[in-house]
Amino acid sequence: MVLALSPLTAAPNVVPAAVSDLDLWDMYRAMLRVRRFEELAGQHYAAGKVGGFLHLGIGEEAVCAGASSVLKPHDHLLTHYRDHGWALARGLEPDRCMAELFGKSTGVSGGRGGSMHFADASKRMWGGYAIVGGHLTLATGLAWAAKVQEPGTIACVVFGEGASNIGEFHEAANLAATWNLPILFLCENNGFGMGTRSARAAAVPDVARRAAAYGMPAWQVDGMDVRDVVAGTREALAFVRSGEGPAILEAHTYRFRGHSMADPELYRDKQEVEAMRSRDPVVNVATELRAIDTARVDAITAEVEAEMQAAVAFAEASPFPDVSTLEDGIVARPDGLTRGVR
Amino acid sequence: MATLAAPPRTTTIRDAIRDTLRGEMQRDSRVVLLGEDIGAYGGSYAVTRGLVDEFGSDRVRDTPIAESAIVGAAVGAAMGGLRPVAELMTTNFALVAIDQIVNHAAKLRHMFGDQFGAPVVIRMVNGWGQLAATHSQSFDAWFAHVPGLHVVAPSTPADAAGLLRNAMRGEDPVIFIEHSRQYSQKGAVPDDGHLVPFGKARTVRSGRDVTLVAYSYTVPMAEAAADRLAAEHGIDAEVLDLRSLRPLDRDALVDSVRRTHRVVCVEESWRSFGVGAEVSATLQELAFDELDAPVQRVAAREVPMPYSKPLEAACLPGIDDIVAAVRAQIS
Repeated sequence: MVLALSPLTAAPNVVPAAVSDLDLWDMYRAMLRVRRFEELAGQHYAAGKVGGFLHLGIGEEAVCAGASSVLKPHDHLLTHYRDHGWALARGLEPDRCMAELFGKSTGVSGGRGGSMHFADASKRMWGGYAIVGGHLTLATGLAWAAKVQEPGTIACVVFGEGASNIGEFHEAANLAATWNLPILFLCENNGFGMGTRSARAAAVPDVARRAAAYGMPAWQVDGMDVRDVVAGTREALAFVRSGEGPAILEAHTYRFRGHSMADPELYRDKQEVEAMRSRDPVVNVATELRAIDTARVDAITAEVEAEMQAAVAFAEASPFPDVSTLEDGIVARPDGLTRGVR
Repeated sequence: MATLAAPPRTTTIRDAIRDTLRGEMQRDSRVVLLGEDIGAYGGSYAVTRGLVDEFGSDRVRDTPIAESAIVGAAVGAAMGGLRPVAELMTTNFALVAIDQIVNHAAKLRHMFGDQFGAPVVIRMVNGWGQLAATHSQSFDAWFAHVPGLHVVAPSTPADAAGLLRNAMRGEDPVIFIEHSRQYSQKGAVPDDGHLVPFGKARTVRSGRDVTLVAYSYTVPMAEAAADRLAAEHGIDAEVLDLRSLRPLDRDALVDSVRRTHRVVCVEESWRSFGVGAEVSATLQELAFDELDAPVQRVAAREVPMPYSKPLEAACLPGIDDIVAAVRAQIS
């Protein structure tokens, strides 16, 4: 169910989730790619091939897959550090994403970023950011540039509900609304800021309800249902693209794994997680599609498996960055001049 | 009859900065300005006065009092293809935006594998004048500590123009440090193409006996001290203006100490872990045998700046302190 919240009316409107044209086969493939990439990433973390922090979004795939299918290639995208799914849905190659996790020179960020910092400027995926909320104001700048230089392009910034409690959220939302910027603030509300349940950290846990404070409209969707995500994203993006200003889209979702690989998950009951698994967006769509064509589901599953195993093989086979390149690319030139100028 | 080149104009640092902003805005439609009260109000120190009338409020944008949003929006706009110059009314307010400066602007290029950078100029003003503890600070050394930033601080109108133009045409974030007490200082400014590449110190005056290392507002102080040292003590001091803190012109420091064998570094920030500490360490690493005396630091007293005038004056380094440091070194 998609709920539309207007700053001018008290009660939200129920918007019919009209996505009869949605290709659920595409959505299944998109979600499964993310799921399998992350499961393999988790395995290789346990095997010591992937280091640092690894934040898996397993359970949340409907949000990145659904929303990304509505974004245009020329739109700007920035995300939080749980960025694997957003990168893959944006079209970044799984080979180079997996290589980034392995710290290899062929990684999307040259092995400099790791799990939290996937980026591909050529696809306008401006990166995953790891200071909670820090990227929200960057999005205002990208939206400002888009408004000046390419009307019709918007900026989509993905953040967790935890980021809505840091000052940066307020500064970004206020600036976006004051300057009438084309931004979609897309909140992946998985109910926990690391291990703290949102109700214990936010006076108003529904981020969409905060939109009224900035005179913005907001849409709220079931983030475990890809149809709902697509329907809500279409509504919200149509508004933002019309040039009327920013909007908030809040997708209620759930991560089945811990915050990161180091999380013992002492803050929630196993029964809660198990109960939510009945809402698994990938499994449920697969079940639905099997009723139509089992062989086709199996074929897609096998293709995705081969693609992701190849990504691991590519990452394994790739070289580590040469240590002689350590200080490359910190600034373009020490003297501040443009590259290529003598 | 030979055509005579136009003589350099004489102008103030304030006007040199404004003229450079204007010239670059005329030259490149991607250049935009943003900051608190830089438009209708004309800027807290009147640097941007009149520019909004010339270029409109879309290119000279007043912002909310929200420094993190100012820097964040500037960095994002730079990623998106604009060439923003952000004004943070004073250096003190940069602390509110430190995450955007250090964790975002400075990191983007390297962290994402050199795919893009943040060509943004962040102007900020050091200074004091009975403004008390939170409005009298300078954090030059903090910024200069961070890989991924350029940090420059002019002391003349010519360098203000040349460094700012270089900053606005570059590809990476630049912390551009101005000083509230220097805006009206006058000097010659070359023509509109004048660029001062970063990492090059300027020899303000040559000398044989001691090198006074300075930047920003401490350059005129060091010059005045050099005058007194010559007139009253027969000491011939060289004055070196760093101009750029990151990158630091280590070659110029070494060259100078090879001539003078003594160094006094003058800064307005607190002494510990400061610019003088970096200069001193650099010289003992690279020119230990050239030093005839320990490098001396003249810096601010390590207290939160008090309001009361005599207390404030006692905190700040002055010409007397420089003269005393040199005399202690030479005697």
